[in-house]
Amino acid sequence: MSNARRTRNRIAQTISFWLFRFATYAILAAATYIFLDIGIKGSRTLFIPRAPFINVPFFTQGPQTLFVFDYEGKKYTLSDREFRAWKIAHPVEVEATSVAYSAGGVWPCIVGTGLLVIGSMIFALAVGICSAIYLNEYSQNTRSIRLIRIAILNLAGVPSIVFGLFGFGLFVIFLHWNVSLLAGWFTLGLMILPAIITASEESLRAVPNGLREGSLALGATKWQTIRKNVLPYAVPGILTSSILGIGRVAGETAPIMFTAAYALRDEMPWQVQRWTDFVFQGVMALPYHIYVVSSKIPQNEYTERMQYGAACILLLLVFAIALASIVLRERTRKRLSW
Amino acid sequence: MVVMDKEEITHPAPPLELQRPAQPEPRQPVMISVDDVDFCYGTNQVLFDVNLEIPPRAVTAFIGPSGCGKTTLLRCFNRMNDLIDGARISVGSIRMEGRDIYAPNIDVVDLRRRVGMVFQKSNPFPKSIYENVAYGLRVLGVNKKSQINEAVEKSLRASALWDEVKDRLDSSAYGLSGGQQQRLCIARALAVEPEVILMDEPCSALDPIATAKVEELIYQLRENFTIVIVTHNMQQAGRCSNYTAFFYLGRLIEFGATSKIFSNPSERQTEDYITGRFG
Repeated sequence: MSNARRTRNRIAQTISFWLFRFATYAILAAATYIFLDIGIKGSRTLFIPRAPFINVPFFTQGPQTLFVFDYEGKKYTLSDREFRAWKIAHPVEVEATSVAYSAGGVWPCIVGTGLLVIGSMIFALAVGICSAIYLNEYSQNTRSIRLIRIAILNLAGVPSIVFGLFGFGLFVIFLHWNVSLLAGWFTLGLMILPAIITASEESLRAVPNGLREGSLALGATKWQTIRKNVLPYAVPGILTSSILGIGRVAGETAPIMFTAAYALRDEMPWQVQRWTDFVFQGVMALPYHIYVVSSKIPQNEYTERMQYGAACILLLLVFAIALASIVLRERTRKRLSW
Repeated sequence: MVVMDKEEITHPAPPLELQRPAQPEPRQPVMISVDDVDFCYGTNQVLFDVNLEIPPRAVTAFIGPSGCGKTTLLRCFNRMNDLIDGARISVGSIRMEGRDIYAPNIDVVDLRRRVGMVFQKSNPFPKSIYENVAYGLRVLGVNKKSQINEAVEKSLRASALWDEVKDRLDSSAYGLSGGQQQRLCIARALAVEPEVILMDEPCSALDPIATAKVEELIYQLRENFTIVIVTHNMQQAGRCSNYTAFFYLGRLIEFGATSKIFSNPSERQTEDYITGRFG
């Protein structure tokens, strides 16, 4: 090999190496920027520089209109509730600018998102694990099963807005559930169902076949084998997959904007007349709230507070749920190893 | 794998020295009888017209080169092949104590309880030692603590493991050595009181000392159980079996008392295999 060629090879090697390295670190840079930006700006909303340091109204109140006005040379930014109290104390006419949704907090949105996540995950895990068990343990590799697998793969690629429209058509209109938790649960659940099935099947497949055979050879039925000797060992993997599912469910806007989410609702979900109404009520939800406050209202200097606050809370919420799943998974996994 | 020409065999095989030459009675009752069995995986036939009568309370060894169908036949006895898509007995029947185990009215779950199995790769469950042995009883619906305790101890004693594990019954089975794990699997099979125990190369992953222990155990167990063992190790077949069946390319070439098979086989292929000329 000539010297020139060797040099050329070396340069090509160095360039590609740096290209790969750059690509990898670009991800880190992007992630850092996003988290820092939302974290810093959001923490200005979440925390206050005096005791108790946490912005309690932000966590306990619903969104309110913000009123901004000057009075006797002082600038006031008051929420709806505070403004009314202030007017009673000061019976004068003031020229106030109102900014929608930019005061108060996101408590109903947190509750709504929590309810949506819990309900849809229960639905998706129940259906997903059952179908994964059927596909991996019972079904044989027939034509119809192959068709089902293709359908699952395709379903995973369907955009979330399509799920939203599907849920709107089926649950909201056809079944007359209206905009409700129930419709949101099923829509979100169906959206992540393919991911849950695929991941659960993967976890089931990872359980060594020797355990199934060993159990069957002792005179256990197939169902006993699955319940006692396969499923328990697949749970950590299934939990891992559901972490991703939770992140998506908590963060998706499109599937719930027609099916479950209200832009504003004064009552909390438990303030229903009959308990049966519980599942038939729409809720506020964090991602939809972020969407509303960042694109549905006129933007100005006062709107940023709520936008970043809500985004930060959503991130923290997803992070907390994911952390809980990881802890749960590690605790399950500690008991198992093969 | 080549069967040698006649000219090449110049010396008769030196007779193997057998540690425990078995002395079977001339006419035996039959535990499992295999009648004219052909077996297929899909379109691929792996057993051809196998006829075999496995006597009770004795160790029967299946020997033969890889791919000769001995494991397949073994897994027919507890219908483990049912788990494989497309695997089936195409011709013939297998009877256990006179009853066709492939008849539609046979409860496979009960059959597998009666015909225990020990696998090539030891497969203890990721549970405690105690729970491993208790598993079979629990799936049978035994819940009485005292009954389970008793069966666990009895099985562990029978598999010569009790003294080694009695102080750590609640620790994970994965903490045991390979040989202990395999004996635990035997104990687990014994706990449900089977009549037949199938062993699929139980020592292939074990070192010589662990192998010796398992063989010793097999030799003791034959007093109470019918044991069928598949092995690649001919010395092992010689050491611990009463009867030996030699398979080659899906056919049963010869079946008889181990002492006879190893010292005076009637088929040339058996002799060639046993003396290491092929396989």
